[in-house]
Amino acid sequence: MKEFERITVKRMTKRFGDRDAVHDFSLEFFRGEFVTFLGPSGCGKSTALNCITGLIPITSGEIFIDDECIDDSRNKVPPEKREFGMVFQNYALFPHLTVYENVAFGLKLRRFPRAEVERKVGEALKLVHLEGYAAKYPTQMSGGEQQRVAIARCIVLEPRLLLLDEPLSNLDAKLRVELRYELKALHERLKVTTIYVTHDQTEALALSDRIVVLKSGRIQQVGSPVDIFSNPANLFVADFVGYKNAWRTTIDSLNETPEGLSARIRVQGSAIEARLPYPEGDPRRLGLVEAFKAGSPVRTAIRPEDIDVGSFPGMNALRCIADLVEYQGHASQVSASFGDSGGERVRVDLRATAPIREGETVEAAIDPGKILLFPEAPDEAAANDAGAAPGRKGRKPKGRVS
Amino acid sequence: MRGSARSGAFILLIPAIVFIVLLFVYPFAYGLYLSLTTADGAFSLGNYIRFFTDGRDLRTIWTTLSIAVPITFINVGLAVPFAYYMRRGVRGERIITFFLIVPITLGTVLVSEGMLSYMGPNGWLNQLLIALHLAKDPVRFTHNYLGVVISLGLQGFPYAFLMLLGYVSGISPDLEKASQMLGASRIQTFWKVLFPLMVPGIAISFCLNFVMAFSVFPSAVLLGQPSGPTRVIAIASYQWAFEKFNFNAASAISMIMAAIELLVISIVLVWRSRMYRGVSVVGKG
Repeated sequence: MKEFERITVKRMTKRFGDRDAVHDFSLEFFRGEFVTFLGPSGCGKSTALNCITGLIPITSGEIFIDDECIDDSRNKVPPEKREFGMVFQNYALFPHLTVYENVAFGLKLRRFPRAEVERKVGEALKLVHLEGYAAKYPTQMSGGEQQRVAIARCIVLEPRLLLLDEPLSNLDAKLRVELRYELKALHERLKVTTIYVTHDQTEALALSDRIVVLKSGRIQQVGSPVDIFSNPANLFVADFVGYKNAWRTTIDSLNETPEGLSARIRVQGSAIEARLPYPEGDPRRLGLVEAFKAGSPVRTAIRPEDIDVGSFPGMNALRCIADLVEYQGHASQVSASFGDSGGERVRVDLRATAPIREGETVEAAIDPGKILLFPEAPDEAAANDAGAAPGRKGRKPKGRVS
Repeated sequence: MRGSARSGAFILLIPAIVFIVLLFVYPFAYGLYLSLTTADGAFSLGNYIRFFTDGRDLRTIWTTLSIAVPITFINVGLAVPFAYYMRRGVRGERIITFFLIVPITLGTVLVSEGMLSYMGPNGWLNQLLIALHLAKDPVRFTHNYLGVVISLGLQGFPYAFLMLLGYVSGISPDLEKASQMLGASRIQTFWKVLFPLMVPGIAISFCLNFVMAFSVFPSAVLLGQPSGPTRVIAIASYQWAFEKFNFNAASAISMIMAAIELLVISIVLVWRSRMYRGVSVVGKG
């Protein structure tokens, strides 16, 4: 394996027709790092991955391994010369070759001596716990086993960069978790620089050193799993990592301190106070101050599990009515609503460990430190008004303050 | 319970079995019987002995093979690269496919008639060749070996191509990507991944094309010289049956035809199984 310190992607753009599938993508990958591209389908994460491999030519931008430019959108090192390994969602094993021959494929192309090929393939199969499977054909194996072969086929070549394109998406839930653990253990052991593409936040949080959240081909946030999970950069990232309750409102008052902001808002008659840990210079802080001055709309973001059920009266108390209860074992997911009688009702998503019946009144409170506020982006105005659950008595609760 | 279910399933099979027996097994068995008897119904190998000792008839095997084998290789050999390049679809694919299917749907006779006038000594093709100074005198495309071969190409290539296109476009593009990511060039990817996966399709389209070409009759009569250079084995059989009214001799020739076709098909199938198993040997290259 050729040693290197970092792979640098500079202002990479991929245009399909008049649409940018990947737009102005800049990122550095450090040796040994596990980086995940996270985003919904169609966000450009797979395209970005394929652009880095060279399988898809880039429209503009550059890719470097240390100081060596491997792609400047006009000239590129072809994918087969980059020494990258790729694992596909559908495994992409060669069906006419045995497991042994699949794993040996790259070694034979590199003209390794026969004994060396045998030794390396044996080691790789052992690493993915598939000793004794060498003579089988891929079609005789389960999805999980096939994906292990695909992983072995890549790591046997000791690639400079390992790219995994939704490798667990075709597996059933139990296998997915098992193979996720194995991937993690494998990375701990081999320290191969890895880019992992997924739409599953659990996978991203569990595996990554850094997560890159993408939307419409644009990077939304780059950060550690903790960062992304508890300190999302905008409403999109917040929504993607499990924040709900995107209520639309305006800021009544705003206090600035060096560590953060404290804001008072009003949602359908209920006064809510939020303490936001946005330090000075944080773009979210600047955005909120601007939104306060202009009186323009902002959105809340609160995790359902951060709403305390049954601690009424407390700070930010809400009296809600449970509209829909989904029992999930250790807790129930409750879609409730609150608001003045006669006015429009606001939908609130919360989690309750105590049993709750539909139609029951739920008293809830929200810790001011668990509320995030984001200035509303122009394209979010329409998007988040949709998605309200059917309300009681035929009224539709809406995430809107009249 | 199980037994009754089985006999129920057997009842459903009966129409198909009757169909096969009446339309395939019986005529074949009757043909075999005819070929092994004289006109009086006595058992005899005479029909076969006569064929193999009659130089004029025996030569039809060579004549037919010399037409069928090259054109089958050409049809399948051309179909492989065409199917490969069109595997992800190309612009105008529908029009291309349409023009390929036309000769199949029109039938041999109409295509042969068309070729006779288009490729004849005063046809457009020869006029064009002379106008472009590519030829001094009209080139003979018809009433010879070449005419039969061209006609079989027009009819056989579309079959081979369409069949292989189905095979290649069914191969996941991710396999090519995976091969490339493992370090294989385009050419290596073709020979180590795509070609082995195409082998079953190549084998089947080769067999079908060969059988079609080996049993050629109308174009050999219309576009060839049925009395000499393109007197194929089917013509020999036809002449015994309908000119000399000796169905026993004609049946024997048909049986020989079938045997040769089966022989070639089994060679191809052996090749196929070797290729499909033996790919690792190629991989070690």
